[in-house]
Amino acid sequence: MTERVKIAWKNVTVGFDGRKPVLNGLDLEAYEGRSLVVIGGSGTGKSVTLKTALGLIRPQKGCVEIDGKPVRPGHEDDPGVAQIGMLFQSGALFDSLPIWKNVAFRLLHAEHISEDEARTRALEALDQVDLDAHVADQRPGSLSGGMLKRAALARAIVARPKILFFDEPTTGLDPVTADVINKLIVRQVKNLGATAVSITHDMVSMHHIADDVAMVKDGQILWRGSLDGVDSCANDEVCRFVRGESSED
Amino acid sequence: MNPLRAIGAGLIALLRSAGAVALFAGQTLAALVRPPYFAGQLAQQIFKIGFLSLPVVGLTALFTGAALALNIYTGGSRFNAESFVPNIVAMGIVRELGPVIASLMLAGRVSSGIAAEIGAMRATEQIDALHTLATDPMRYLIAPRVLAGVLVLPVLVATADIIGIYGGFLVSVHTLDFNPTIYVRNTWDFLSDWDIISGLIKAAVFGFILTLMGCYHGFYAQGGAQGVGRAATNAVVAAAVLIFAANFLLTSLFV
Ligand SMILES: Nc1ncnc2c1ncn2[C@@H]1O[C@H](COP(=O)(O)OP(=O)(O)OP(=O)(O)O)[C@@H](O)[C@H]1O
Ligand SMILES: [Mg+2]
Repeated sequence: MTERVKIAWKNVTVGFDGRKPVLNGLDLEAYEGRSLVVIGGSGTGKSVTLKTALGLIRPQKGCVEIDGKPVRPGHEDDPGVAQIGMLFQSGALFDSLPIWKNVAFRLLHAEHISEDEARTRALEALDQVDLDAHVADQRPGSLSGGMLKRAALARAIVARPKILFFDEPTTGLDPVTADVINKLIVRQVKNLGATAVSITHDMVSMHHIADDVAMVKDGQILWRGSLDGVDSCANDEVCRFVRGESSED
Repeated sequence: MNPLRAIGAGLIALLRSAGAVALFAGQTLAALVRPPYFAGQLAQQIFKIGFLSLPVVGLTALFTGAALALNIYTGGSRFNAESFVPNIVAMGIVRELGPVIASLMLAGRVSSGIAAEIGAMRATEQIDALHTLATDPMRYLIAPRVLAGVLVLPVLVATADIIGIYGGFLVSVHTLDFNPTIYVRNTWDFLSDWDIISGLIKAAVFGFILTLMGCYHGFYAQGGAQGVGRAATNAVVAAAVLIFAANFLLTSLFV
């Protein structure tokens, strides 16, 4: 491929206190302006992969580079955090703040935008994820699971970051809302030129949003290629995974 | 099992956590001196730690002062020294019991609350989310709480001092037949500035300890709801023990 590499995981190895490593020399690249979807079994380290790029988890070996610069957790000149919008699998909204302040958090506290403007932009973002304006003043505790997910998604996109990480963006959503979210993700990548890395177990969503697909297994990338490659069954195991067939005959 | 080895392992674990706490305290201080500052968070914590603790602190101080007066009267009467009740009540409250008892009550109320809140934020990835929103949790969460503790405790303890002395006054005047005017004059003339100031310095140190312990245990909480519970318990125990230890150290410096 000729595209520019935006994010590169290089030989990344992560283990948690003495257990078998979760990531074991993982190599993966995400290309600028493209949407990469990461699939793989539950507990294979997909979420951990994203967190290493954010500097939330430090690899024991290897490194993650963004624009050719290594991610340096806790440093002021860290290339990661400044340009990444992250949707956590669990949402991770601040339950002490109303939804709009959650969404506008980065604008208010890191970009020092005025409250009025931040609120306007938060309401726009909520509208984009199909949430009513009246949830803006509610607390996360009073929202349903799907609403929380969408509010968290609004928080990830509101500052128009160059890189978007979506950890299971459509889990827990009805098919129609999921479609809204899929289109939103496609729009972010196409219109804003963002680089997206999404994790999903939702194969419909994968077909909507993926340019490229990578499958994680045993702490490494088992296969990566274009979406067409998945559909034409370029790899047996990927093919079975996507169809939801277990390996027993 | 070799008992020496067990003692050694325990000692190493103790030193290791002392080191971790010292490192965390250093990071907190660094976050306090370098912007950005979160004034809104600070104001909120001053309200939560300070204002909302007034009833608890006031009531304990009142009862402590009253009981202290009764005890000193009983002890004093054995030497025909009952007349020293106002002096010793004032001195005991201002130098020792005001700071220590108020801080212990706050260890129960505030350290555990902070540990549970921050621990729950850790468990639900809210602290990770802060990072990804380009906001340093040390500055946004920890520094305002610790600073609020340092600022608010002297005010709370000053309040406790006044209420505690008043508790002693009430008992002395109503049940021990002291003359109110003389009681107040004896209290006031006897206390030196240093008695009061040394107590308030203690209060600021205890405020640092009890908020820091809440933050530290919450920040490193692990393992879901159970971990949050453990963090809250450990925060209270650590805060209480360190308050007693610091009290002894400061008292021996201040005499
Ligand atoms: N902070 C942590 N401490 C200890 N172990 C962890 C931590 N984070 C992840 N793990 C372990 O790493 C493994 C991979 O976790 P991860 O969340 O990346 O899985 P996943 O691929 O995202 O799965 P799912 O599809 O179910 O979300 C799991 O076994 C998990 O127990
Ligand atoms: Mg996951």
